Amino acid sequence: MSTPTLEKQDQAPEPADATAAHTITVTFRIRRFNPEVAAESYWEDFQLDIDPKERVLDGLHKIKWDHDGTLTFRRSCAHGICGSDAMRINGRNRLACKTLIKDINPEKPITVEAIKGLTVLKDLVVDMDPFFQAYRDVMPFLITTGNEPTRERLQTAEDRERFDDTTKCILCAACTSSCPVFWNDGQYFGPAAIVNAHRFIFDSRDEGGEQRLEILNDRDGVWRCRTTFNCTDACPRGIEVTKAIQEVKRALITRRF
Amino acid sequence: MKIHKYDTVIVGAGGAGMRAAIESTKRSRTAVLTKLYPTRSHTGAAQGGMAAALANVEEDNWEWHTFDTIKGGDYLVDQDAAEILAKEAIDSVLDLEKMGLPFNRTPDGTIDQRRFGGHSRNHGEAPVRRSCYASDRTGHMILQTLYQNCVKEGVEFYNEFYVLDLLMTEVDGVKRTAGVVAYELATGELHVFQAKAVVFASGGCGKFFKVTSNAHTLTGDGQAVAYRRGLPLEDMEFFQFHPTGIWRMGILLTEGARGEGGILRNKDGERFMEKYAPVMKDLASRDVVSRSIYTEIREGRGCGPEGDHVFLDLTHLPPEQLDAKLPDITEFARTYLGIEPYTDPIPIQPTAHYTMGGIPTNVEGEVLSDNDTVVPGLYAAGEVACVSVHGANRLGTNSLLDINVFGRRAGIAAAEYSATADFVELPEDPAGFVRDQVENLRDATGSERVTEVRRALQETMDKNVMVFRTEQTLKEAVEEIGSLRERFKNCSVQDKGKRFNTDLLEALELGNLLDLAEVMAISALARKESRGGHYREDYPNRDDVNFMRHTMAYREVGADGSESIRLDYKPVVQTRYQPMERKY
Repeated sequence: MSTPTLEKQDQAPEPADATAAHTITVTFRIRRFNPEVAAESYWEDFQLDIDPKERVLDGLHKIKWDHDGTLTFRRSCAHGICGSDAMRINGRNRLACKTLIKDINPEKPITVEAIKGLTVLKDLVVDMDPFFQAYRDVMPFLITTGNEPTRERLQTAEDRERFDDTTKCILCAACTSSCPVFWNDGQYFGPAAIVNAHRFIFDSRDEGGEQRLEILNDRDGVWRCRTTFNCTDACPRGIEVTKAIQEVKRALITRRF
Repeated sequence: MKIHKYDTVIVGAGGAGMRAAIESTKRSRTAVLTKLYPTRSHTGAAQGGMAAALANVEEDNWEWHTFDTIKGGDYLVDQDAAEILAKEAIDSVLDLEKMGLPFNRTPDGTIDQRRFGGHSRNHGEAPVRRSCYASDRTGHMILQTLYQNCVKEGVEFYNEFYVLDLLMTEVDGVKRTAGVVAYELATGELHVFQAKAVVFASGGCGKFFKVTSNAHTLTGDGQAVAYRRGLPLEDMEFFQFHPTGIWRMGILLTEGARGEGGILRNKDGERFMEKYAPVMKDLASRDVVSRSIYTEIREGRGCGPEGDHVFLDLTHLPPEQLDAKLPDITEFARTYLGIEPYTDPIPIQPTAHYTMGGIPTNVEGEVLSDNDTVVPGLYAAGEVACVSVHGANRLGTNSLLDINVFGRRAGIAAAEYSATADFVELPEDPAGFVRDQVENLRDATGSERVTEVRRALQETMDKNVMVFRTEQTLKEAVEEIGSLRERFKNCSVQDKGKRFNTDLLEALELGNLLDLAEVMAISALARKESRGGHYREDYPNRDDVNFMRHTMAYREVGADGSESIRLDYKPVVQTRYQPMERKY
C-alpha cells in the first residue's frame, strides 16, 4: 500500500522516539468565502507555529480554535476514513487529515482552497449534493434476481479480489473534483460514480451490470473520460481510478465483465 | 422555522441509524436527520470485524458467544439481551452479505472468520475464529453497504441537520414522544419534525477525552438531549479504552492485528500479556489488556525516552499477510508515524474508544424513563443506547453486531408503533428552547473561549477518569467539570453568521460533552468497586454484593433552577450464567 496523496520525498522516516516537540513557523494561505459578508472570495494568510509531523487539518484547527473561529471546513474522523475534508492543498486535491505539514514543503506558504467544480458555500465547504446525486444515479447497490439463499452467497477469493480496489472508496470527491472534464461540465458523472459502478459491475454476485453499463454509456458517461489520471493521483485511498474507468469502458465494448 | 411531519424520525445515520432506516422506510414514512453526510459516520472507522458464530472455519455456536459477551462485560450484561445479540448475529451477518457486503472469503467461498479479543471456544478454552471481516475496513464496508441499501430503498435523508431537542407531550399523565427540533447547518434555520416515533442512533461521546479513537463529531448529542429532558442515562461510568491506539494520536489500530498474530511488547521486548492472561494472552478482553499496558508503563517498562508507550509488533508476520489482512492500519503507521510495520514495531497506547453506557432501552429498542417504564414512541440503538449487551466492557466486534441487531429491532419496532399510533400534539412554541439556546450562544459576549474549556475538559478527563481511577481523581474531575460548566456559561463564539456556523456548532457540542462528562464522573465516583472498564485503585475488586446493578443517572432541577444529578440503580438481568471470577 502506498499513500499516493503525499509527495514522496527522499528522506528517512523520523525515528519514533524523535518526539521532542520542535515546531516551525508556517504560513497557511486560505481562500476565504462567506457570502453573508462579501460576494467575492479572497486569500487570507495565517502564521502559526506547528510541529511539522502534524496534519494540515491540525493547522486548520489551530487557526479556527486559536485565531479565527469563522474559518469553516468539514472534518470528522481525522484519519482518512470518513472523507469529509477533501480540499485543494498546494493545488492538489488531498485529505487535510492525511497530509502532514512536512510532506508539502512548509518553507513556502501552504495554500488551501475548496475543491473545484462544486459550488462553494463557505470557505472550504462545497455543495456535495450534485456529487452524491451522480453516485445515486449509477445504482450503487447489489442487484440480484431469484430467491435469496438461506446462507450467504458463495464467492471465491479471486472473484472477491476482482473488485477489491473500488470497494475502498470513501466518497470524499477528491477524484471527481480533480477532473478537468467535470470542471467544464458538471453533468459528467465523474470518476467517483464510475468507481462505485465498477464496484458492482465486477462483483460476481451482482446481476445489474447491463443496466449500469447502459447508464454509463450515456453522453455524460464514461466516454467523457480523457484519461488525464488526475483522479488516480488525487485518490487518498490509493484506488487506481483511471484503470477502473478503463475497465468499465472495455466492458461496454466487449459486454464481458 | 419550518414544521415537517413524518411517521418515524431517525436521528443519526451511522450503522444503527441506517439499519433502522432500511426497516422503517419499508413500513412507515421515515426521515433520517443526520449531523453529517451519512457516509461520514464513525461506523466507517471500525476495522476488525463483526462477531457471529457462523462456524464457517471451526466449531462454534451462539451459546459460547453469549457466554463470552457476558463474561467480557464482567457480568453486568443483561443476559437475556446478550442471548438475543448472539443468536441474531448469524442472520445479521448473512443479511449484510445479501445486501452486498464484500466479506473476505474462505477457500470454500463462505465468509471468512478470524480471532478477536475475548471470543473463545467452549467458555474460555482457547481463542475462536468468530469475527466476520472485510480486510481491516469492516466498518467502512458496513457503512457503505447500509448507505447503498438506503439509496436502494429510497430512504429520505436530511443531511447536516443537527438535532438539539426532543419534544414530549403529556397525554393522560404519560409523557409521549411528539418529535424533535433540528438546526440546519447550511442556513442556521430551525426545523421542527413532528413524529409518532423517534429513534436515537447518534453514536458515542468519546470526544471528552484527549487521546481518543473517536471522531471530532462524537459529542454525545443524543444522550445529552434525552438527559436534559429528564430521561436517565445508564452505566455511564463504563467507558472502554482500546489497547492499541497510535501513540499520542489515539488513532485506532484494530485488535484484528493481534487476531492475526500481532504481539504487544514492552521495552525489554517481553511479551508481557503472558503474565496477565496466560490463556488468551494478547487477545484478552480490552479492559484487561489496557490495564496491563499501563501497569507495564507505570512499573518502568514502557518504551521510548519517556517510557510512555509500548509496542505492537507485527514484524514476524509475512508482509503478504499484512497487505491482505491489515492494509489500512499498516498504512496509518506509515502515514502518521513514518514507520514501516514490516520491519519496525508500532508505538501504541490505550485510546478512549467506546461508551458502554447510554440511553436505557429494553431489547426492542424502546427507551425507558426509569427502571422499567417505556416512553411511548421513543427508541434508541447503537452506541447512544444501553440495552445492556456490553455491561462493564464491550468485546471487540460486538459493536458492529450491536448496531445491526438492535438497529434493525429499533427500526421495526418504531415503524410498527407509528403504524398504529396517532400523532401527539406538539408542545407550545416547540422550537423555543432551542431558539433560546442557539441565539444566546450566538449573541453571547463572554470572554471564555470554547477551545479553552474543551481543552481543559479533555485534560481533566485524561488525567482523572481514564483507565485507573480513585476517589481522589474522580473528585478532582467532578470539581473541575463543575467549574468548566460555569465557565461555559460565559463562552462566546466569534462567528455570528447563520451559514455553516461550525463555531456555534462546536459550542453546542461542548455543552453536551460537559453534561455527559459530569454524569460519567459522578457515576464512577459512586461505584466503589472495579468491574470491566471501570477500575478503582482504591477498590480493586469486583463487589457483586453491593454493585451487581446498573447505574441510572437522572438530571434534577431544583425550585431555584439549580441542577444536580440523582443516582439510582437497576437490577441486572441474569438467566443462566452465575458470576464467576474473570480470568483470561
